[in-house]
Amino acid sequence: MKLHNIALNNIRRRKAKMAFLVVGMIIGIATIVTLYTITGAMQTEIADKFDQIGANMTIVPQSDSLSMSYEGVNVSDVGGTPNFITMNDVAKISTIKNKENIATVAPKLLDTLKIDNKERLVLGIQFKEELKMKRWWKIQGNKPASSGDVLLGYQAAKGLNKKAGEKLQVKGKTYTVAGIIEETGNQEDSVIFMDLNELQTITGKSDAVSFVEVSALCSTCPIEEITMQISQKLPGTKVSAIKEAVQARKDFVDRFAQLGIYVSVIVLAVGSLVVLITMMSSVSERTREIGIFRAIGFRKGHIISVILMESGIVSIIGGITGYVIGMAAAVTAGPVIAQMDVSIPWDAKIGLAAMLIAVAMGLAASALPAWKASRQDPVEALRYL
Amino acid sequence: MSLIKVQDVKKIYNGGEGEVTALGGVSFTVNEGEFVALMGPSGSGKSTLLTMLGAMNPPTSGNVIVDDIEIYNLTSEKRADFRIEYLGFVFQQFQLIPYLTAAENIMLPLAITGKSNREQVQMAQNVLNKVGLGEKGNRLPNQLSGGEQERVAIARAIVNEPPILFADEPTGALDSKNSEEIMNLFKHLNKEGQTIIMVTHNPEFLSYVDRGIFIKDGMLDESRHSKKIAV
Repeated sequence: MKLHNIALNNIRRRKAKMAFLVVGMIIGIATIVTLYTITGAMQTEIADKFDQIGANMTIVPQSDSLSMSYEGVNVSDVGGTPNFITMNDVAKISTIKNKENIATVAPKLLDTLKIDNKERLVLGIQFKEELKMKRWWKIQGNKPASSGDVLLGYQAAKGLNKKAGEKLQVKGKTYTVAGIIEETGNQEDSVIFMDLNELQTITGKSDAVSFVEVSALCSTCPIEEITMQISQKLPGTKVSAIKEAVQARKDFVDRFAQLGIYVSVIVLAVGSLVVLITMMSSVSERTREIGIFRAIGFRKGHIISVILMESGIVSIIGGITGYVIGMAAAVTAGPVIAQMDVSIPWDAKIGLAAMLIAVAMGLAASALPAWKASRQDPVEALRYL
Repeated sequence: MSLIKVQDVKKIYNGGEGEVTALGGVSFTVNEGEFVALMGPSGSGKSTLLTMLGAMNPPTSGNVIVDDIEIYNLTSEKRADFRIEYLGFVFQQFQLIPYLTAAENIMLPLAITGKSNREQVQMAQNVLNKVGLGEKGNRLPNQLSGGEQERVAIARAIVNEPPILFADEPTGALDSKNSEEIMNLFKHLNKEGQTIIMVTHNPEFLSYVDRGIFIKDGMLDESRHSKKIAV
């Protein structure tokens, strides 16, 4: 007979009460595990999705003379002495060490062309890549399908008095206005968007790119690292991270992670309360029994040990079962709850953490009942008086 | 030789209705190997005295000395150690732990002594044999009769071979036949050298003890103290 035998026998005998305790613990731990794993998976997924919306990096040729800017990006020598990035350089972006973090590479050629007797800003883009990045664009009409299509910014369409489906003459060639981008309030509104190759051809700037916007997935690799790797691949360029985009992403993901933590803390507090109340009630029911232990000669430490052992054993059972149930719930219900294709792997470290949290929660919540039990006066406990 | 010395022990409780004197200055000694009955009517203070002798209930004044140790000069934890080493208790209503078998109940005082499981099992079996329950060690308390539960309680009290055995109304929950058997068991243990102090209000049991100490209203009733009466 050792102290742990007393704890084990009590657990066996008080099956209903202990089952209640285990269930409380399981609910707490399973909820935390489910929340943690789902929010963890969602964080990566959301971060990646967030990163794909808009650029978080720009690449411009290095130049001393800056004459034009687009969307806050300074573009050099438009219409003057060419100082361009080449398409060969653009291809190199996808060869960096962290190439899997590169979601979209959108090269652009910016130029001014005389259209309808007026100098207008024309941006050559790769429609597919651009539309992937500019998900906030709402297009009236159709998305451009071929190099013969152009997209007009809201103000540009107004200035040219063009509607979707109408024709537009540019340098003697006829293009179809596939669609008009709804007003964004940005410089985009006054731009004519056309196929990059097409603009390169009609302006005679074959292979030339004014600047490149890149959206990189930064959840697994810091943007500074990706910026540095691109800079090394493209020595004649200036690679900059768009701090606002990175910060916005970080703020959003941090808020999401915080929400998970807050919910977990609340669940943990409720779970601890269940353990505290159950253990208090258990100690109260066992007043006489604890009195016998003390009268026989058990020290306060022995009583505390027995109570904490009981709680510890129950916590380990609750922790392991809670982890298994929580993970099973996360794996099966995670994609439904998250409304996205999240991948939730079984992780032994989470299992160990769940068990440790359960034991810490059980012991912390049992500390007060154990201390109270140890201080019971054996005489009063045995109701001698 | 005096094993227990009780010197002018008083116990006063402060209750809602003012001070209540449970013991008003009690002195006596108990010799090694004696079988003493503490007797008196309900509320006379005999159970209070027993808990004081049992190192559980400090007196308001006076000394309790056991084997030359002033037990209330010890800290609460040292008194717990003292209890496990010196004292065995047979409580009212048996007070067995319901989820432990008879043998496990008996091994309870051994659980904190550092003895090996094997040693504990052997010691428990020895006392089970001594109290006549050699075959019933695996039974839970609710699978035993009242008399058998009392025997388990006695076995638990003596398994550690304590110098002193206290029993508080040990036959209070038993019929006359079982009561007689239990008293014979106590007598047998006493003959083997066990010092026993038993609280009882049954005067018939005076025939089993060496001496009866009577308490009335928290004081010794010297006029009724009895010497050994032949069984």
